[in-house]
Amino acid sequence: MKNSIMLAVVLSATFALNACKQNPSETSQSGNTESIAVKGNAEEAKLTSPPLVPEPIGNRAAKKLIVRLETIEKTGELSDGTQYNFWTFGGTVPGSFIRARVGDEIEFHLKNNENSTFPHNIDLHAVNGPGGGAEATFVAPGKEAVFNFKALNPGLYVYHCATAPVGMHIANGMYGLILIEPEGGLPKVDKEFYIMQGDFYTKGKYGDKGIQEFDMDKAIAEHPEYVVFNGKTGALLGDNELKVKVGENVRFFVGNGGPNLTSSFHIIGEIFDKVYIEGGSKINENVQTTVIPPGGASIVEFKATVPGEYVIVDHAIFRAFNKGALGKIKVVGDDNPKVYKKNN
Amino acid sequence: MRNLIYILVLFFSISCSEKQDQKQPKPVSRILTPVADTKKMQKIEGGSYKPFVGKETDSLVKVKTFYLDETAVTNAEFLTFLKANPQWTKSRVLRLFADSTYLNHWKGDYEIPEDVSPEAPVTSISWFAAKAYAESVGKRLPTVDEWEYVARADENNKNAAATPEFTQRILQLYQQKLMYKKPVKQSNPNIWGVYDMFGTIWEWTEDFSSVMMSGESRKDNTTNETLFCAGASVTSSDLKNYAAFIRFALRGSVKADYTINNLGFRCARDAEN
Repeated sequence: MKNSIMLAVVLSATFALNACKQNPSETSQSGNTESIAVKGNAEEAKLTSPPLVPEPIGNRAAKKLIVRLETIEKTGELSDGTQYNFWTFGGTVPGSFIRARVGDEIEFHLKNNENSTFPHNIDLHAVNGPGGGAEATFVAPGKEAVFNFKALNPGLYVYHCATAPVGMHIANGMYGLILIEPEGGLPKVDKEFYIMQGDFYTKGKYGDKGIQEFDMDKAIAEHPEYVVFNGKTGALLGDNELKVKVGENVRFFVGNGGPNLTSSFHIIGEIFDKVYIEGGSKINENVQTTVIPPGGASIVEFKATVPGEYVIVDHAIFRAFNKGALGKIKVVGDDNPKVYKKNN
Repeated sequence: MRNLIYILVLFFSISCSEKQDQKQPKPVSRILTPVADTKKMQKIEGGSYKPFVGKETDSLVKVKTFYLDETAVTNAEFLTFLKANPQWTKSRVLRLFADSTYLNHWKGDYEIPEDVSPEAPVTSISWFAAKAYAESVGKRLPTVDEWEYVARADENNKNAAATPEFTQRILQLYQQKLMYKKPVKQSNPNIWGVYDMFGTIWEWTEDFSSVMMSGESRKDNTTNETLFCAGASVTSSDLKNYAAFIRFALRGSVKADYTINNLGFRCARDAEN
């Protein structure tokens, strides 16, 4: 058992090394970032709850950034009339969105709320260092841990809890996104949103009312009752649907907390003009559906050209219609018959 | 030797605080005053069991016959201890032995908080305080092995750990909130006659830090070969025992001076030979 895991580790390390060799330009790009100097006084980062994201970093220089995040265990709605004991970063699923730039030196405070029952920690995929900060942030209820890291690689990264049993902490909602913008910032767009998919394993079946407990066996079998965007079935529906105007350029920061399922992220009736593949620096164009693995993310962009309601789905389509992986974005404005016209 | 250092540290702390704060009342005695204890204990027949982590998990560990308090130590019991041992009250405890949230919810040195039952388990106490209490009543804290050995039992079996429903039930109990405010005996006793091993509070053990769990629970720690690895522990004897993972994670996250809302203790005693 142990040997096979060692073998897997060695193999994946080899792959990783080879991958670096194949992209010398990118390696050098991220290699330089270690020497970026920080300017000015330390500043408190402003975090946001989904579906909102903080202000873009724009042209600012790298600086010292203080990030404060709290782990909170709380009961919330998973679906209409169905409650769940969520474990969260910042009180929401997914957790608060963190936005920084490459070269920033981040002083990260993780507090575990005093009313928590369980210990927690955080593994930020944006960190170069043991456990992504997990070792340094292991906190008992009521305690706070602090660690520092310098953001070396631009990209959109998942963060999650890595306390045993890891699967259970993630399954209960302990994940979120941290964006490290490149020097000069991402190109300007008109609207930005934060969406994260997650699968939930409840004792009762999909739609059963009342408080639902975590079902360990279903989690191990990878058979979720719910697959949702932003922590509940209606998070992006009704009053909560996203709204943009015709002609606007729209950017989604999309993550997948898992713990188990890979997302086939798709917007019905839209084509992604740009996809930052796996949340990294490579851009693909004209994409219909993008794959987002658990613990991975993607930045997708499109121009809203035709008014209407567009449905956001995991295109593994039973999840959308039978398990909750459904959201909506409404595009308002004048008709655009040249691009789309319905003939009666 | 250790005791000497202990005494020296105490001595220095006292003399320092005297100099700094004139208003401070006369230093209290740090010598433990014995307290009478009427708590019922249950005899736990010894045996061997397969430990969850931290040891050679292929081999069985022997647990000798011992006695265990049938419930956690309550607020009322702890108050009796404090009256006999004012050095452990919240205003006088040494910061070395308990952090700033020691007995946080108590209004004064001898005032149990209103919204908490006197018969509820005492919480927000450090390992040092728990150990002092145990000594004052002529007992000790249970070891991790003893605690886990008893924790395998349900109402009808000494070892129910293999049944999946058992773990699922414990996970359910762990999800309840604010149970530390309720009186002890929230559930039926297990087959040993011991109450509330799950779902009301976490409990200190004598050697809680002997199984170190680093914050990085997915990989081995070089300082301890028997730790957690790659998504779970390859050295854990039961990968599906999420309840045990949670307990060991909690033990790994605390230090002896920590005080937490839902962390209390019960006492144990050796069986006479």
